[in-house]
Amino acid sequence: MNVLVWVREGVWPAAVDAARELAGVDDAVTLVHVVDPAIAAGAQGAYAGLLGRGGWSPRGRTDPGAAVTAAETGAEEALMAAAGERLGRDAAPVFRRGRVEREVVEACAGMDLLVVARDGDVRRAGPKSLGPASRYVVDHAPCRVLLVWP
Amino acid sequence: MSTIIALVLLAAVLGFAVARPRGLPEAVAAVPAALLCITLGLVSFTEAVHEVRELLPTVLFLAAVLVLAYLAEKHGVFEYAGAAVARFGRGRPKRLLTAVFAAAALTTAVLSLDATVVLLTPVVLTVAARAGVRPRPHVYACTHLANSASLLLPVSNLTNLLAFAASGLNFAGFAALMAVPWLAVVAVEYVIFRFFFARDLVGQAEAPPPPGPAPKYALAVLAATLAGFAALQPFGVDPAWVAAAGAIGLAIPLLRRRAVGAGTLLAEANPAFCAFVLALGVVVLAVRSNGLGDWIDGLVPRHADLLGLLAVAGLAAILANLLNNLPATLVLLPAAAHSPGLLMAVLIGVNVGPNLTYVGSLATLLWRRILHARDAAPRTSEFLLLGLATVPVCLVAAVVALWAGLRVGGI
Repeated sequence: MNVLVWVREGVWPAAVDAARELAGVDDAVTLVHVVDPAIAAGAQGAYAGLLGRGGWSPRGRTDPGAAVTAAETGAEEALMAAAGERLGRDAAPVFRRGRVEREVVEACAGMDLLVVARDGDVRRAGPKSLGPASRYVVDHAPCRVLLVWP
Repeated sequence: MSTIIALVLLAAVLGFAVARPRGLPEAVAAVPAALLCITLGLVSFTEAVHEVRELLPTVLFLAAVLVLAYLAEKHGVFEYAGAAVARFGRGRPKRLLTAVFAAAALTTAVLSLDATVVLLTPVVLTVAARAGVRPRPHVYACTHLANSASLLLPVSNLTNLLAFAASGLNFAGFAALMAVPWLAVVAVEYVIFRFFFARDLVGQAEAPPPPGPAPKYALAVLAATLAGFAALQPFGVDPAWVAAAGAIGLAIPLLRRRAVGAGTLLAEANPAFCAFVLALGVVVLAVRSNGLGDWIDGLVPRHADLLGLLAVAGLAAILANLLNNLPATLVLLPAAAHSPGLLMAVLIGVNVGPNLTYVGSLATLLWRRILHARDAAPRTSEFLLLGLATVPVCLVAAVVALWAGLRVGGI
């Protein structure tokens, strides 16, 4: 069985724990994390709005979009390393770029099971315990979905 | 005819600044355009020199503040701010948002919006991502507050420096008048962000380690500089000198350790940007003195009553979105210069308004849409929605607070 675990900020440990308990020795586990480039593009846009600041600089001061992208990549690697360690077994990491919910659905191709932790308001049961992203993923995933409480 | 030529030149300068062909500095188009204005007789040589001499102290003040912010970063002030924000946030997204709001509002007020956009935003992303929370609300908070929290002090925004020079207010008087509008805007932004991003502000991560030692020297110099702005002006010391002294105070230990070079400091003062502002001033003067000045003066209300202030702030916000806030300020200042209240309302408009089109103006927005047609585009609709949700409410809240302040202060 191919198991895909969505490593989502704030709620991923529950999904990883569920995958660890569920996956047998013959199963393959994949961890997926998505970075939305729109965040860096937003920071870059704010810089573009500062009229006249694009002066020549010998150090080539990069705009904050590039710095944000670099910080995102660094944080993503740390997050996936932590997830891999918590899983305690071999897992293939997958890094994707784009709209979070769509990328996760696309990453489900060839998978038998997707493990998702609720990413909404989990203080009470009900539809709001799914955020917009996990709602979309649960509705559109082409494979079986295991939904866990964080 | 001269009106049309002046407008074409202004459009060319702004168009070049937005498009930045080959990444050339904006001054490359602005300086020749200013010279052309003089050659064609749109402004006389004496008028142009007078305008440049009026703007020069303001521009040098700005250069000193840019260097101050850069040196603060080299001293680790932003890294420390990030660690303190993470500590306060304790891995909870809502607490973290509160801390980011405080950090971004203070950074913008003290070290200008450039510092928040360029230096604080990447730090905040790192903090949010390391804390394991979704970073979107926190990064957007930085980009928004860079504009809207730049009301408090003359140093917070170049637009403020320009109005400050024209207003005849002293440093403390400016801050006193703008303190309540600033707080009102930050509070309104905070409440709207909490609602707008409610579904992103969930989850819980581990509390981060305590921050390392504070960069005490740099923080002390920054505090002394800030106090010096207000305390020394009554004695005739121009705030620009205080900013320069603060920058020197921060630079000395770094220069000794050879952590920065004099050339880097000069580059961080961004002489090309300074030249751009001066040249833009001359081009805008040409536009104003060739017929459009009277028309704009006619649009600006005469009296600083509540309706007048609202109208001026609205007009300034619209112009800021059409032209970008720097030219909008230069165009509107002379028309509002007779009343400190109207000037402050212009500032509320040009500082808060740009959040509507998060990249500063419609032209920049359209240009970026073209540039980003193929690769990862910013979620423009999301930014516009956030702008629509915050800007009108912030404008009204700030103007009402300003009006109340004016009434209480009897100005």
